[in-house]
Amino acid sequence: MAKVSMTVNGKAASADVEGRTLLVSFLREELGLTGVHVGCDTSQCGACVVHVDGKAVKSCTMLALEAEGSEVATIEGQAAEDGSLNTIQAAFQEHHGLQCGFCTPGMVMSAAALLKDNPKPSEQEIRTYLEGNLCRCTGYHNIVKSIMAASGQDVSALAAE
Amino acid sequence: MPKDSGIGASPKRREDVRFLTGNGNYTDDINAHGQAYVHFLRSDIAHGTLNSVDTTAAAAMPGVVRIFTAADFEGVGGVPCGWEITDRHGNAMQEPKHPVLAEGKVRHVGEPIAAVIAESLEQARDAAEAIELDIEELPAVVDMKAAVAEGSVKVHDDLTSNLCYDWGFVEENREAVNQAFQDAAHVTSLELVNNRLVANPMEPRVAIGEYNRSTDDSKLYTTSQNPHVIRLLMGAFVLGIPEHKLQVVSPDVGGGFGTKIFHYAEEAFCTFAAKACNRPVKWTSSRSEAFMSDAHGRDHVTKIELALDADNNFTALRTDTYANMGAYLSTFAPSVPTWLHGTLMAGNYKTPLIYVNVKAVFTNTVPVDAYRGAGRPEATFQLERVVDKAARELGVDPIALRRQNFITEFPYATPVAVEYDTGDYHATMDKLTEIADLSGFDARRKASVANGKLRGLGVNCYIEACGIAPSNLVGQLGARAGLYESATVRVNATGGLVVMTGSHSHGQGHETSFPQVIADMIGIDEGMIEIVHGDTSKVPMGMGTYGSRSLAVGGSAMVRATEKIIAKAKKIAAHLMEAADADIELKDGEFSVAGTDKSVAWGDVTLAAYVPHNYPLEDIEPGLEETAFYDPANFTYPSGAYACEVEVDPDTGKVSIERFSAADDFGNIVNPMIVDGQVHGGIGQGIGQALLEGCVYDEDGQLLSASFMDYAMPRADDVPFYSVDHSCQTPCTHNPLGVKGCGEAGAIGSPPSVVNAVVDALQSAGKTDVTHIDMPLSPGRIWAALNS
Ligand code: FES
Ligand code: FES
Repeated sequence: MAKVSMTVNGKAASADVEGRTLLVSFLREELGLTGVHVGCDTSQCGACVVHVDGKAVKSCTMLALEAEGSEVATIEGQAAEDGSLNTIQAAFQEHHGLQCGFCTPGMVMSAAALLKDNPKPSEQEIRTYLEGNLCRCTGYHNIVKSIMAASGQDVSALAAE
Repeated sequence: MPKDSGIGASPKRREDVRFLTGNGNYTDDINAHGQAYVHFLRSDIAHGTLNSVDTTAAAAMPGVVRIFTAADFEGVGGVPCGWEITDRHGNAMQEPKHPVLAEGKVRHVGEPIAAVIAESLEQARDAAEAIELDIEELPAVVDMKAAVAEGSVKVHDDLTSNLCYDWGFVEENREAVNQAFQDAAHVTSLELVNNRLVANPMEPRVAIGEYNRSTDDSKLYTTSQNPHVIRLLMGAFVLGIPEHKLQVVSPDVGGGFGTKIFHYAEEAFCTFAAKACNRPVKWTSSRSEAFMSDAHGRDHVTKIELALDADNNFTALRTDTYANMGAYLSTFAPSVPTWLHGTLMAGNYKTPLIYVNVKAVFTNTVPVDAYRGAGRPEATFQLERVVDKAARELGVDPIALRRQNFITEFPYATPVAVEYDTGDYHATMDKLTEIADLSGFDARRKASVANGKLRGLGVNCYIEACGIAPSNLVGQLGARAGLYESATVRVNATGGLVVMTGSHSHGQGHETSFPQVIADMIGIDEGMIEIVHGDTSKVPMGMGTYGSRSLAVGGSAMVRATEKIIAKAKKIAAHLMEAADADIELKDGEFSVAGTDKSVAWGDVTLAAYVPHNYPLEDIEPGLEETAFYDPANFTYPSGAYACEVEVDPDTGKVSIERFSAADDFGNIVNPMIVDGQVHGGIGQGIGQALLEGCVYDEDGQLLSASFMDYAMPRADDVPFYSVDHSCQTPCTHNPLGVKGCGEAGAIGSPPSVVNAVVDALQSAGKTDVTHIDMPLSPGRIWAALNS
């Protein structure tokens, strides 16, 4: 067991963990941040995406100890203190970018990382960027649309309105 | 103007806030005080005799609480099958026992042999590695036709063969159909495979068992689409627990698509083990386990033949299908290739004579059961492919051939035992022609060709049967349960309503759409209405969500219960206003006396129901809570027309979907936004089946596609924006909402148009001998067809 300390959603967090403890397990089991989901065991689905020092990371591929001293952000820290949704979250609700909600935390965190680097991504850039995030419910239509809307693009002319 | 509330409006989904903020409550988010962890030791061989399971060393490993094997389940029932099929000779299907843990033999890779319960998951896994298995490997049988050939290895030694049933439908028509083929001017035939799929909802299955030794009550948290069905099957058939002693909770569930309908061995195990160990036990499936333990879908091999007369009218249809059951019969497995498939073979066409033969076969593979559409995608795919092929052979326009044979008069009794109540197939085809801009296709093809690509257009129709189902009918067809739905509507003293529905929402948004219906009925704000579902202790009865039945059946039960509420509330209002019951009108949440200016508010009436100081106690009871059970009179029959345009890269064989359009008729629509989303999701899965997904076993029964690395799930980059429309609406005539159901349409309607489009693209390049390619249409298969 080794002690690990990091900042998670702006708060200090530390615990004794085994060397093999994954960041996702630390977040879910030690910190109770169950918005971070596990959808696979081969790093393919992206349900577990969080930000580590501002970068999107699949938390199932990182050891908790590797995040020592880092700033970690999860879906739980995205809304404002008063509970109001951030721009991306609000766009997902507005444009029905989620159904069962299981892929959603990873989608929102990936979208946030994309928009940070590329504030007005094209449809194709969004689709390419989401290569590591699987959704089984939405057929991706409304996820792509939500992200375009969150970036301030007019989506009213898209198909199926 | 779009409405902003009630039926026809698209309010934002209220469930979204918790999902978007990480506050969902999925089963794996739940941890019981003092819980231990379960790890299943699963077979890594497909077929073998289980000589012994030695747990001695494993039991001594650190943290082990207890290890279970089949010996611990003596006297416990097997995992039951909920549907019995009678074969074409009048005999019952062959039905093997499905033990919770493997008994005597292992029959597929992934079958659980032993279960270790330990203080931590790591300890349980480590101990499982110390279990010593003595398994004598037997030859496995994977191919269906080989499995029913003389002398095949038997999956179940106590059955006479690997044939579960040989079903003929409609058996009496067999000779007449054969005669019609003899008399036909033209016969088109096609052999095809409906590829085996894995549903893969993004949330893997989870089960947590709890036991209360004080009350002898058991509780199961499980990722189910129908917790009441699990209570029924597990309580009555496996563990012998009366329903009132067994609580099943399915909280937020991360997608189902059919594979979370079924009662699984892991659920029974966790419930059983919690009592045996007297502490909560939790099992969380890994994705790898999901691939080898969730029921798979599809897996049909079919020969279909269509007979036409000299004027291109369809005169008869004949099919011969092998349907894989896997090693055991999953909950609804026998019904999928039969009643959910054979009854749909008329499709949108007035073919007068149809005969469907289905041989269901046991193999050394994971059980196969319903996956989004269940039987109807298989029916639609073969029918719409053979019609397309016929059009090509006859040199006629595929849309014109379809239109010529459309059913146009309703109600229409098909030759395969169902009666379509409503539909307008020309209308959806007209709408499709418009939204898909079919007239612009030639120009788009030219542009593609100029870019060095082949372009193809594929169109198809579909019909499906939803709102499963009238209990008296399904009872005759072999269902071992009723398929009604129930709802309890409780009105609080302050006027808010709670609906306890047996329908289960795992992405469909019932918490938002169901209140829209009641808000319209009473004329109150949707915010006053809450939906409770997914807990058998809160919702007394239910049958759950599958077969696009939630609104058509569950919503109808809710409407009936609300009608009872309104009738009683009117009596109370009449008393308060000293008027006759018959004169009371309810509008915008106000009761008034017809022809007067007297009125009383909804909230005053609901308060009076619970504070009955001034109340007709001699006529009616206090309180305002009503339950209704709704059993539909018929299935509902959504229909539609779909179009796909593809580009094929002739150098690589890669297909890209350039346009996808869907014109559906779902009857009345409650929430258009949610309906669009359901269709999008279905199309995404249908494109996945057509282009990418395939569950593959090798001849030894090893599962080759056992992770997301080997099983290609559709990603954002594999699909386009879809153009969907549901403005063609022929309301269902037999449910109170006139709704038909929309959950499966996309997955049913999309695969044939994708394949039709690819064949069209290849034909346009002069490959006129390419009349079919089996799904998934991988680049390798296309390239081979192009270079054949
Ligand atoms: S859990 Fe699937 S990528 Fe991390
Ligand atoms: S919303 Fe269900 S997996 Fe994406």
